[in-house]
Amino acid sequence: MTITNEPGTQVAVPTELVTVIIDGVAIGVPKGTLVIRAAEMLGIEIPRFCDHPLLEPVAACRACLIEIDGVPKPQPACAQVVSDGMQVHTQYSSDVARLAQEGVMEFLLLNHPLDCPVCDKGGECPLQNQAMSIGRPESRFTEEKRTFDKPINVSAQILLDRERCVSCARCTRFADQIAGDPMLELLERGAQQQVGTADDQPFDSYFSGNTIQICPVGALTSATYRFRARPFDLVSVPTSCEHCASGCALRTDYRRSTVTRRLAWDDPQVNEEWNCDKGRFAFAYLQQGRIEWPLVRENGELRTASWPEALAVAARGLQSAGTDTAVLVGGRSTMEDAYAYSRFARVALGTDNIDFRARANSEEEREFLAAHIAGTPIKVEYADLENAPIVLLACFEPEDESPIVFLRLRKAASNASGKNVTVVSVAAGATRGLAKMNGTLIPAKPGQEAAALANLPQDIQQALAQPGAVIMVGERAASSPGTLSAAVQLSQQTGAALAWVPRRAGERGALDAGAIAGLLPGGRPISDPTARSEVAQIWGIEVSALPQQGLSGLALHDAVDAGRIRGVVVGGVELSDYPHQAAEALGKVDFIVSLENHHSAVTEMADVVLPVGVVTEKSGTFLDWEGRPRPFGQVFRDAMMGSDASVLAMLADSMGHSLPGAVNDLRAQMGRLGPWTGARATMGPTRASTTTDGVRLETWRLLLDLGVMQEGDAHLAATARPTVARMSARTAQAHGIAEAATVHGPAGSITAPVEIDDSMIDSVVWLPMNSDGSRIYRDLGAGYGDGVRLAAGTQAGGLS
Amino acid sequence: MATPLTPVITEFWDRPDLYTLDGYRAVGGYTALDKALKMDPDAIIGQVKDSGLRGRGGAGFPTGMKWGFVPQGDGKPHYLVVNADESEPGACKDIPIMMANPHALVEGVIIASYAIRANHAFIYIRGEVPNAIRKVAFAVRQAKEAGLIGKNILGSGFDLDVVVHSGAGAYICGEETALLDSLEGYRGQPRLKPPFPAVAGLYASPTVINNVETIANVPYIVDRGVEWFRQFGTEKSPGFKVFAVSGHVKRPGIYEAPLGITMRELLDYAGGMRDGSNVKFWIPGGSSVPMLTPEHLDLPLTYEAMAEAGTMLGTGTPMLFDQTTSVVKAVTRWLEFYKHESCGKCTPCREGTYWITGVLEKFEHGHGTEGEMETLVNLCGQIAGRSFCALGDAAATPYPAALKYFRDEFEAATHTSADEQFDPVASYVFAGAGAR
Repeated sequence: MTITNEPGTQVAVPTELVTVIIDGVAIGVPKGTLVIRAAEMLGIEIPRFCDHPLLEPVAACRACLIEIDGVPKPQPACAQVVSDGMQVHTQYSSDVARLAQEGVMEFLLLNHPLDCPVCDKGGECPLQNQAMSIGRPESRFTEEKRTFDKPINVSAQILLDRERCVSCARCTRFADQIAGDPMLELLERGAQQQVGTADDQPFDSYFSGNTIQICPVGALTSATYRFRARPFDLVSVPTSCEHCASGCALRTDYRRSTVTRRLAWDDPQVNEEWNCDKGRFAFAYLQQGRIEWPLVRENGELRTASWPEALAVAARGLQSAGTDTAVLVGGRSTMEDAYAYSRFARVALGTDNIDFRARANSEEEREFLAAHIAGTPIKVEYADLENAPIVLLACFEPEDESPIVFLRLRKAASNASGKNVTVVSVAAGATRGLAKMNGTLIPAKPGQEAAALANLPQDIQQALAQPGAVIMVGERAASSPGTLSAAVQLSQQTGAALAWVPRRAGERGALDAGAIAGLLPGGRPISDPTARSEVAQIWGIEVSALPQQGLSGLALHDAVDAGRIRGVVVGGVELSDYPHQAAEALGKVDFIVSLENHHSAVTEMADVVLPVGVVTEKSGTFLDWEGRPRPFGQVFRDAMMGSDASVLAMLADSMGHSLPGAVNDLRAQMGRLGPWTGARATMGPTRASTTTDGVRLETWRLLLDLGVMQEGDAHLAATARPTVARMSARTAQAHGIAEAATVHGPAGSITAPVEIDDSMIDSVVWLPMNSDGSRIYRDLGAGYGDGVRLAAGTQAGGLS
Repeated sequence: MATPLTPVITEFWDRPDLYTLDGYRAVGGYTALDKALKMDPDAIIGQVKDSGLRGRGGAGFPTGMKWGFVPQGDGKPHYLVVNADESEPGACKDIPIMMANPHALVEGVIIASYAIRANHAFIYIRGEVPNAIRKVAFAVRQAKEAGLIGKNILGSGFDLDVVVHSGAGAYICGEETALLDSLEGYRGQPRLKPPFPAVAGLYASPTVINNVETIANVPYIVDRGVEWFRQFGTEKSPGFKVFAVSGHVKRPGIYEAPLGITMRELLDYAGGMRDGSNVKFWIPGGSSVPMLTPEHLDLPLTYEAMAEAGTMLGTGTPMLFDQTTSVVKAVTRWLEFYKHESCGKCTPCREGTYWITGVLEKFEHGHGTEGEMETLVNLCGQIAGRSFCALGDAAATPYPAALKYFRDEFEAATHTSADEQFDPVASYVFAGAGAR
């Protein structure tokens, strides 16, 4: 359980202490502390079900009744605030408390089915545990138990067994207070009281899986895990989430070399105790459809090869390409792997042509990252969001693009937290997520964010000038020219801290590892002589052997497309993630080496495929959006595959270079290099916004969509939000659109049901970027901010 | 000498037009309001404090003190909420008041709102009594039309809006904080206290919640004064009470009498028990209070005397049962009520009422066991004082008292059903014909 005081993040506020005596032991605790928390500090465990440190007290289950001197009736420790000199007696020193707790325990078991032998929770169940510690050995209840139909779906993924429920209301309070999706409610009364949803409204929440984890009984289970394993047969390993840059601490549970489930783990500084459903449920990809052996292309077909052969073929092919080579690193690499790619490019290939941004990007973004982000220490952290007077978001939809940032902002903005942080979003419309953060919209047509940032209302500018103010820009800022420059300018004008929130878990680490042209590890400009000599020394090469500034982004794409790049190493990249025709360009390359764990568009055209391990097969580190290292250990000792770094080390060896491949060596090297302290790269001239006439497309990736790492869990996929085309009523009317809209782009069209949203500014249509029936790069040939044509759709709801 | 009846709220109930504004004015209605609006609001609070008026909803909390808890000058809106959700088995006095003399309630609402500086008042009436809702709504409408509710009432500068709200059929909504949740549009379940309603009640603002009869007393206290009020009743239980007598009595009905009158005297006014019958057991005020026996008939009906006898005055609505009644069956019916009405929020009440009812139903059918008689006492002890609100406490009261006085009946219920022990037809109040 989390104590919400986060060490090192609070300004030193002198706290008034009060002394409470629990079971005869005195302890000083901050004023306002609950008795149950004070007891925990003394190591006294009071039974509880409804109590949860991150939820508001409800005192409903009555399992924590304790005796207080001078108070006639036993009181719930979970809702009782300590006062100075208060004498508390728990079950250890009071018969009243003990009997009260035993009584509640007996009552809780009446209508509980006691089906522990078949229950998912059996073995890790607070009801089971506390029944053992404070319950009666035998039941006096011989009447008939209340029964319900079970299980019922509260969503496609979450199943509810109402008979097991003890009505603690943790799930309903989580849905309401934390996630802001109050579709779970308690219904009916008395013993018929039950958790439920409205008939036509399932529990539609990206955070629904947390209810399973905080359920103190087995009432809530997931379709993915139900009846798959017993907790005591599982091996648990602390891990970090690979799905986004929020940086969640996770626990991965496996059995017989198969991951059976993942849980949110406890990190008060980052994810508190929560995670999102993608982080929790999207892990089938770890074991399904894996590439097991090296592959070599022969007569146009890939065939299985031995490691020595594959490495030799790859080395030969790359060497024949000389320095006309490039490295594309996916955004899911660990920092260590990205560092290995960074060094492999510069040392083994002798090129600076490298980019980790497998998505829409820009030269302005590269300059921004080099000047302001790469290798910098933590400037904004989660706790700062709670203490900010205002948080301004630009090109960033936290609920979809960094869900734990969303949860923290929602907490910061809620009245209950007492912090009332103002959240303001520069976007085309006020989303459901923004509403849940009590946020305010600064309307801007996609592509016009820079202008909006330069012309913010006076009160917002003033708020940003207050100490602690934060500006957060998302990765989509790269698609809106001038936005990053404007954000920098705004930050410098107001003094507000600027945070860049990439979507993918590996991007910040890859940036700091130098997996982008022009930057060596630690944010060192490749053009800086000192930086070059520092790196050359650690890498054991001559400074002159380091390449000069190479290509990245569109320039690299153009070079590939023009046939100027003859050899490419690709690690974990989905070509469909690029807005441009990456597959077509890559087809012009003579020799491609693909490091992959699943077959992809890249392996289809690769000359050599070298299988690499997934996150459970290696250790490594992600840097979250804060820049905080999120290290994780290897789950499976007997890994099927090695890390990218270890495969690159073998490949380099075949090419006559000795590069480290072990995580510890890589970490030690990065540690010795440290961050760059010299003059930083500077940004080029401020880019002007492009024109945004006509209808423009607003789009981003929904948290749950067709991402390849979400494959394999149909229940999770069924909870994804349906594809809609969102626009204002006036926009719909202007184009004669009623129920469905067809959006036309250069490459084709998408037809989707219309969702009218009058917070949206006119002449903008929103579509999900990569969802069922809406893969905008492929289907439209258009991206964020691009001009599209709108027309009435012919097939309402006719989605593939 | 028998204690005389003291009809005050009920004085003119024989007037068919008392429910109208004209009828109420004809008997001196709304003169208290004239007086009150010329007084300092704090002086009214002081007067109610001095009168010693105690809440008539069951708990008997001093009304003036409750009003005094409302922080004044806090810049927040204040609310008065009248709890008219009378739904306890045996309690039937607020509904008759609202039916017969709704303007006394309305006048009290205006005065009380003025005293606590509330510009909005709500009357939350039990949903199952549309006739009472119509009467009160009619009275409020008439008062609005006459300028007694609205802007600048009688030129005093005091504004008040009164809303009549219908409940939706849950006993728990008579619990004051559940009532507030229900009034706000939520599912009615009691709220965690603190904060108390006087500080953060309706819409998180200072709120006073009073019973119908309590508020209906206010005009008379303001009009006739503290001394007049205190001449009735006792030091700790001053004033008069609308007693609603029911059960196996000849003339069940409303008898307004000073607190301190005895049950025997009230029973005399009610014409005594029906022919050929004697009091077997009785409850002073609703099913939530422990039962008493004939030996308690001469105790004064005051808060303090009832507490001393191990029960409570409750709503002051005595129910009397004669020798034809099965105690086992009566207690079972009461527990079935609490099981049905338990809101489900807390474990002891939700599960405890479920369990106890199941066991009692076995006794009713003659299938109880000796051991279960003690288990039930134990279970009641596991609810009383451990539940979230008073509903659980109430559910835990009928059985222990019943066992204390009528153990033999429960012993008999280990082999003989209640209906075999007592002819159910004989206990009907409307018949006797057909009895065995």
